[in-house]
Amino acid sequence: MTHITVTVDGVSYADHVEPRLLLVHYLREVVGKTGTPVGCDTSNCGACTVLMDGVSVKSCSVLAVQADGSDVTTIEGLANGELHPVQRAFHEEHALQCGYCTPGMILAATDLLRDNPHPTEAEIRDGLEGNLCRCTGYENIVRAVRRAAEAGVME
Amino acid sequence: MTAIAEAPANEVGRARLRKEDAKLITGQTNWTDNIKLPGMLQMAFLRSPLAHARITRVDVSGALTMPGVVAAFSGADFAAEQGSLPCAWPVTPDIIIPPHPPMAVDEVRYVGEAVAVVVARDRYLAADALAAIDVDYEPLPPVLDMRAALAEGSPKVHEAGNKSYEWVFAAGDAEAAFRDAAVVLERTYRQQRLIPSAMEPRAVVASWVGDEVTLWSSTQIPHVLRFALSAFFGIPEQNIRVIAPDVGGGFGSKLQVTAEEVLAVLIGRRLGKPVKWTESRSEGNMTVHHGRDQWQRIRIAADRDGRIRGLDVDLLADMGAYLMLVTPGVPLLGAFMYPGIYKMDAYSLKCTGVFTTKMPTDAYRGAGRPEATFAIERIVDELANELGVDPLELRERNWIRHEDFPYTTIAGLTYDSGNYEAATERAKEIFGYDALRAEQKERNDRGDPVRLGIGVSTFTEMCGLAPSRVLGSLSYGAGGWEHASIRMLPTGKVEVVTGSSAHGQGHETAWSQVVADQLGVPFDDIRVLHGDTQVSPKGMDTYGSRSLVVGGMALVGACDKVVAKAKVIAAAMLEASADDLEFSAGRFSVRGDPDAGKTIQEVALATFAAHALPDGVEPSLDSDATYDPENFSFPHGTHLCATEVDTETGMVKIRSYVAVDDIGVVVNPMIVEGQVHGGIAQGIAQALYEEGVYDDDGNLVTATLADYLVPSAADLPSYQTSTNESPAANRLGVKGVGEAGTIASTPAVVNAIADALKPFGVRDVTMPCTPERVWRAIQANGGQA
Repeated sequence: MTHITVTVDGVSYADHVEPRLLLVHYLREVVGKTGTPVGCDTSNCGACTVLMDGVSVKSCSVLAVQADGSDVTTIEGLANGELHPVQRAFHEEHALQCGYCTPGMILAATDLLRDNPHPTEAEIRDGLEGNLCRCTGYENIVRAVRRAAEAGVME
Repeated sequence: MTAIAEAPANEVGRARLRKEDAKLITGQTNWTDNIKLPGMLQMAFLRSPLAHARITRVDVSGALTMPGVVAAFSGADFAAEQGSLPCAWPVTPDIIIPPHPPMAVDEVRYVGEAVAVVVARDRYLAADALAAIDVDYEPLPPVLDMRAALAEGSPKVHEAGNKSYEWVFAAGDAEAAFRDAAVVLERTYRQQRLIPSAMEPRAVVASWVGDEVTLWSSTQIPHVLRFALSAFFGIPEQNIRVIAPDVGGGFGSKLQVTAEEVLAVLIGRRLGKPVKWTESRSEGNMTVHHGRDQWQRIRIAADRDGRIRGLDVDLLADMGAYLMLVTPGVPLLGAFMYPGIYKMDAYSLKCTGVFTTKMPTDAYRGAGRPEATFAIERIVDELANELGVDPLELRERNWIRHEDFPYTTIAGLTYDSGNYEAATERAKEIFGYDALRAEQKERNDRGDPVRLGIGVSTFTEMCGLAPSRVLGSLSYGAGGWEHASIRMLPTGKVEVVTGSSAHGQGHETAWSQVVADQLGVPFDDIRVLHGDTQVSPKGMDTYGSRSLVVGGMALVGACDKVVAKAKVIAAAMLEASADDLEFSAGRFSVRGDPDAGKTIQEVALATFAAHALPDGVEPSLDSDATYDPENFSFPHGTHLCATEVDTETGMVKIRSYVAVDDIGVVVNPMIVEGQVHGGIAQGIAQALYEEGVYDDDGNLVTATLADYLVPSAADLPSYQTSTNESPAANRLGVKGVGEAGTIASTPAVVNAIADALKPFGVRDVTMPCTPERVWRAIQANGGQA
């Protein structure tokens, strides 16, 4: 067992974990952040995307021990009193149906807009390539990211 | 007094933002895998690595010595109680339905079939212990190809043979139609095997307290599952509670009674502890039922002027290794749809259900209807090509005209409504059909290496499953009704209980809109409850684009009863005769004296107080209604697709996609548009990207999302959608929209590819139309335009 200290959504956690424990299972089963779901086992779907020190990572592809000393933001910590503009844009553009990909999609979009505050449609589509959605056909996800960009949320 | 908000006018038709979203965008969700119960154990399954083998020995003792392992079982350990997974649709009297034990006992028949199970303290320990189980197999020959499976001397999947059933339909004089026709075309189309790939993997939790069990499952069908657990596994129905909490998509794949659900219940009972199982994606690709997988031989007969005379279809449908809940019925849902929107004199179909050593197939978005629509829309395009007629022109010569409705098709269905002319006209206009045809000609003339193709799909489908009598006539094991309850609360708020079980469709929002209009109460005052058999005791659940068409009408029936009860009480409050009251926008008023009135909220409070109810009136404004539809509904639409096909690389790019759908009255245009988008995407995925592939030994080589190409945002185009409304013949005028996009888009895309490659002499490309396949199809024809 290895001792790690991780800040998750603004709260510091200290735990002994197995070296093989995936960050996503640490978040879901140790910390209780079940808002971050698991959609695959080959890091293709992106449902488990979180921000680690501000950068999006697929938390199924990070070991909990690698997150030692990091600051992790999950979908549960993104809103700050009120909805984050990307969350609001997803609601207003109907960019989710079943909602299973949504946490990862919102966090990936947040990171995309941090890198590129005014992406073209093609840049949005390419930027979200690592996050799969089976419900929406992506049309409204693209619209939502554009809406959030137009609101200038990351500037 | 409770403050009464102003009742809105006409919620139906408004693009209401969804009530469901708040929790989904903040991670406050309740997926089955989130559930933790005190003492809960985790299950993991050992699965067959062979497509076909006899099991000669299973030794789980090694697993029992592993850390954290509480129990381990083989199929034999449950042989006495695990029974057989049910098939609810014996489509013919002599159908072969082989036993399907949840955990294999003597023989395995597909890669991934469960052979043993470990129950441990957590998922990591359970997975570790699987490696300590010994299984000896005696390999048997795999059976992978349907046509070979039917050949004399083929190895058998089951002792009774490889043919499960043969189902036939015939109407009109086919012989005359084909004998006298000027043109007869015959084509064979391949419907590849698809993996549904809902984003949430399946998960199950079973918890027993005494003789009562609660089963949480990522399912589309909590009510059907409860019935099945009782009817087929002997657990008294009143002791079973099934909960479908938040469910992350289904697309038919969670319309199933699964081995893992049954075993969770049985193992939980044996151990006296709550148990959980969550599948990994690669486990799910192997063991969630697959979709499609048919060979379609189709013949069409037509006059020289293009009038269709007859259609003859010979289907081979891959059942996989066993018949699951509706496996054999899926092709039949398509059997009535091959004639599509066209008039003809004769139609015949033969469907043969074939066993192979692969994962069973079952319902996947559209279930039978995408296959049928693909075949008819492809061959009509080929007929147009043969006759040298524009494909839309040929369709117009044959389709049912809007003044012909209601129209009984050659397949015996009565289409209640539709307007193919209007949908097509609108689609052509948005698409810029004539301009694109001109551009196509110009590029063909100058030999552009990137060719423009225009694909047409004028589809219809049968939805709103289903009239119970019709289901009975097709030997289906249940009815097709839906249930709803309305509870007027004392403060005038409303609880709506529905038997449909949403998993992304937005029922909480749409149902609130329907009820708001019926009762004249504000949208925000309505709460919709579903997905728990203790809360919603009756229902037939969600599949087949049935929820609004059938469940929505149940809501209307329940609202009618509430209004009727309230009217009697309002009459007493107003000292008027009930016959003199009108009900509008949530208010009962006396005819001729509009100032005298009571709102339904005032009536609700008075009913709660019950101080001055008329004699014999019970103090309740609650109601129940069950609705059984008289007919299916028939959404239709015209989808147009423009593809850019690079003839040097085989790469296909969708340049524009236009969908004009007629789904009757639109309750929420935002939700409808979303359903159409997602449906189109799944249909495009079949046309261009996805295929579940087994190798020659029967190993699934597309077992992960790295190998099975579920398209991303970068792989899909933008869609232009619109609607045309010809109301259905039900009180809401609704037809259903869940499957329309998927049914329509696959042939639109492939027709566009074939259209682009026409100058190269390419008639068809087998799906998925990958760059390699497109390139090879061009080369096979000499590679020159």
